[in-house]
Amino acid sequence: MTTRTLIERGGTFLGLVLVAVIFGALVGPQFFSPNNLELMARQTAIVSIAAVGMTVVIVSGGIDLSVGSIIALGTVVIALLLRSGASPFVAALGAVGAAAACGLVNGVLITQLRVVPFIVTLGTMLVIRGAAKGLAEERRIEAPESWLNDLLRVPRGGALLPTGIWAVIALALIVAGVLRYTRFGRHVFAIGSNERMARLCGVAITRTKVLVYVLTAAFAGVAGLLQFAKLSVGDPTVAIGLELDVIAAVIIGGGSLLGGRGTVSGTLIGAAIMTIIQIGCSQKGLANWIQQIVTGGIIVAAVALDRVRSADLMRTH
Amino acid sequence: MTSGANPPPRFDMRGIRKTFGATVALAGVDLSVASGEVCGLIGQNGAGKSTLMSILAGALKPDSGEMFIDGVRYAPDNPLEARRAGIAMIYQALSLAPHLSVMENILMGAEPMRFGLVDRSTMRAMAARALADLGHDDISPDAPVGSLSVAAQQLVEIARAIAVGCRVLVLDEPTSSLGRDDVARLFHLLARLKAQGHAIVYISHFIEEVKEVADRFTVLRDGRNAGGGTTANATHDAIVSLMVGGDVGELFPRSPRTPGDTILEVAGLQPGSASFALRRGEIIGIAGLIGSGRTRLLRTLFGLSPVRSGRVRMAMFAGTATPNARWRQGMGLLSEDRTDEGLALGLDIANNLTMTRLSSFGAAGLLSPSRQRTAATTWIERLQIKCAGPGQSAGELSGGNQQKIAIARLLHHDVDVLLLDEPTRGIDVGSKAQIYRLIDELVAAGPGRTPKAVLMVSSYLPELLGLCDRIAVMHRGQLSDPVPAGTLSEHDLMMAATSGGPVA
Repeated sequence: MTTRTLIERGGTFLGLVLVAVIFGALVGPQFFSPNNLELMARQTAIVSIAAVGMTVVIVSGGIDLSVGSIIALGTVVIALLLRSGASPFVAALGAVGAAAACGLVNGVLITQLRVVPFIVTLGTMLVIRGAAKGLAEERRIEAPESWLNDLLRVPRGGALLPTGIWAVIALALIVAGVLRYTRFGRHVFAIGSNERMARLCGVAITRTKVLVYVLTAAFAGVAGLLQFAKLSVGDPTVAIGLELDVIAAVIIGGGSLLGGRGTVSGTLIGAAIMTIIQIGCSQKGLANWIQQIVTGGIIVAAVALDRVRSADLMRTH
Repeated sequence: MTSGANPPPRFDMRGIRKTFGATVALAGVDLSVASGEVCGLIGQNGAGKSTLMSILAGALKPDSGEMFIDGVRYAPDNPLEARRAGIAMIYQALSLAPHLSVMENILMGAEPMRFGLVDRSTMRAMAARALADLGHDDISPDAPVGSLSVAAQQLVEIARAIAVGCRVLVLDEPTSSLGRDDVARLFHLLARLKAQGHAIVYISHFIEEVKEVADRFTVLRDGRNAGGGTTANATHDAIVSLMVGGDVGELFPRSPRTPGDTILEVAGLQPGSASFALRRGEIIGIAGLIGSGRTRLLRTLFGLSPVRSGRVRMAMFAGTATPNARWRQGMGLLSEDRTDEGLALGLDIANNLTMTRLSSFGAAGLLSPSRQRTAATTWIERLQIKCAGPGQSAGELSGGNQQKIAIARLLHHDVDVLLLDEPTRGIDVGSKAQIYRLIDELVAAGPGRTPKAVLMVSSYLPELLGLCDRIAVMHRGQLSDPVPAGTLSEHDLMMAATSGGPVA
C-alpha cells in the first residue's frame, strides 16, 4: 500500500530525482551549484507560470493552444504601453488584462458554439498571433528601461531569487489552493472528470468553463510579463510553439488530457524536468537535437508509465 | 450428426451457462433455430437475452455448453470468427459509417478488388444486387448512408449481412425506432429472407410483433428457458405469464406511511403525457419497457430534457427549472446510468457525495476538504458503504457501493422529492435489500420527522409492487394514471407495458 501510494503520488518526483541525478553525474557537482540552480529557475519560470494556468484547463478536460500567442501579445502590449508613457505597473496590468480578454473569447466561443477547445484555441492561436503582429506592425518594439526588466535578474542584496520567480511561486501556491480549497476548484475537477455528472449536480458549467479559460489566459499574460523581462522588447514572434512545452509540462506532471486529473505541484515538477534536460544537455555540450529526442521520449514514457499505474490500480480492486 | 431424414438445425445452442462473478447470467439455456425459420426471443430486462446473443456472436465465451452451426461444432474466439461463420447481428444502435456511401457500407471489409484497387463498378453492381434481393432497389448505392432514413439505414445493415453470406441473422429490438409503415416493410422483408432459407432470431419486448413475425418463440427468465412453442398457439397472456413467472421474489419492507401534502404536481406534461400528484410519504412507481420514455420523463421533470408543454409544480415553485434550481427547490435525481452520468468515477467518494452542496463546507466560495470528508464519512457509515475511506476513487468500488454513494448524494442534500431511475439495476442482493430499506425509511411516518416523496422508475416489477403505493405504466411515450399498487400483479403491469392497454 505505502509503496504503491509512493509510486502513485511521487512518480513524477522520482522522475525529477532520476533526471537530476543523471545530469548531475554527467555534468559534475557544479550542476547543483546555487548559481546553476537559479539559472534553471529563471529558465523555467516562463513555461512554469503558463503551465500552472494550463493545469486548470487540462483538469477541466479542455486544452488551450493559444497560450504561446498570448505570451507574444503580452510582450507587445507592455512595450507599446511603456513607449506611450504608461507606468510599468499599468503596462503589466494592461498585458494581463489583454491576455484575460483573449481567454474570455476562448471560453465564450467554446461554450456558446460548442466547438471543441482544441479547434477553438487552434483558431485563436492564429488570430491572436496575427493581432500581436498587427499591433506591433510586424516589428520588435523597443521600450524604455523600467523595473519590469529586472523581474528575472539576480537581485542585489538580501532577496534569494529574482522577483519574477517569487511571483511564480506565489501564483502556483494560489492556484494549488484554489483547486483544493474552493468550490470553483471542485467544480473544475467535476467537469473534467464527468461533465454529465457535473450537469446532473447543478454545476454552472458554462460559467465555470469561461472562468477557466480566462484564468489560464491571464497566467499566459503573466508569462508574457516574464518573457518581456527576459527580452526587454515587445516581440510578436516570440514563444511560437511554446504552448506545446507548456502542455508537455502538465502531462509529465500527471495531468490527463481526458480531464479530471492534474496537480500544480506535478506540473511544476514536469516543467523542472524539462528544464534540467535542456540545461543539462547544453552544459554537457550535447546538441540541441539530442535534447529534443530526450524530452520527447520522456513525454511518451511519462504517459505510458501513468497508464500502467492506473491499470494496476484497476486490477488491485 | 446428420443421421435420419431431418437436417440439423441451422444453429443449435445447448446448455449454455455464463456467470459474471457471483451473478449467474445464464444457467444452462438451449436455443435452436432451423433454416427458413424465425424464432422470437422474449424475456424481461436482465433475463439473459443479450448475454445469450453475445455468446452466439462471439463477443462472450460461455462457461459451459455447446454450439453447432449446420451440425458442425462452433466455438468462436471473437466476433470476427463468428461473422466468418455466418452470424450477423443487427443491433438497435446501427453500426454504419454515415459519411460513406451505401455500397461502401454494404461491402465494408469485403470490397471487390481489381489490380490492387477497389473496383467501384463491381462494387456498385454487387451492392445493387444485394439491395434488389431485399426488394429495395429504391435505395441508391451511391447515396451517403447518413442521408438515409433510419429504416433505410437498417436495410443497408441487413444488406451488408446478406452480402457477406450470413446464415443466421439476429435482430435486437429492430422496430424500436421505426414508424408503423417501416415496421410493415421490415416484416415483409423478414418473410422474404426466411423464404431464402436464413435462420432469424427476433428479439423484442413487443409480444404482438413476435406473434406476427415469428414461427416459434422462446422465453428466457432469470437465465433459464422458461418456455416456448409455436406462436400460432400462444396467447399474449400466456407469453406474459412465462415472462414474469410465478415467483414471489424478495420481501419488501413497508413501514406505516401517511401521505401528506402534495409536493410535486404534474399536469399534461409533454413529452410523457404525464399527469399525477405526488405527496409526501408516498412512493409512485413508473413501470414500462426500456425506451418507452420513463427516463425521459424524470429528466424532463429535473430540467435535463426540454419541456414541450404542460405544467409542473415542485413545492411552491411552478414552471420549469434547471437542475441547479431543482436541487435548490429540494428535488434530486438518481441517474439510471451510474458510471456515465451518476458518478465521476475518477473523483473520490467525498466529492461525488457532496458535489451538489459544497456551500455547506465554507463561506465565500471556500471549502474545507476535511469537513467535506467528515460529512462523507457519516454517510459511508450510515449506509455501510464498503470502501477504504472518503478519499477513495468512486471507480474502485463495487456497483452496489457506487449506487449507495449516488443515493447518499440525495440524502446529503436532504431533498424532499427523490427521482430514482432504476435504483437497484446491476447491483448485488445485499445492497438491493439495503436500498429498499432506505427508500422505505425515507417515506415512513414517524414522530418528529417529515417524510419525503419518491418517484421511481424500475424495470424490475417485484420491486415496484413491493415498494410503491401507486404505480403508473409508460407505453410508447404515454404515462397512464397511477393505480394503487395493492390491486396490481406483475402480470397486469407487463400486459399494460407491452400492449398499452389500461392498467387493470
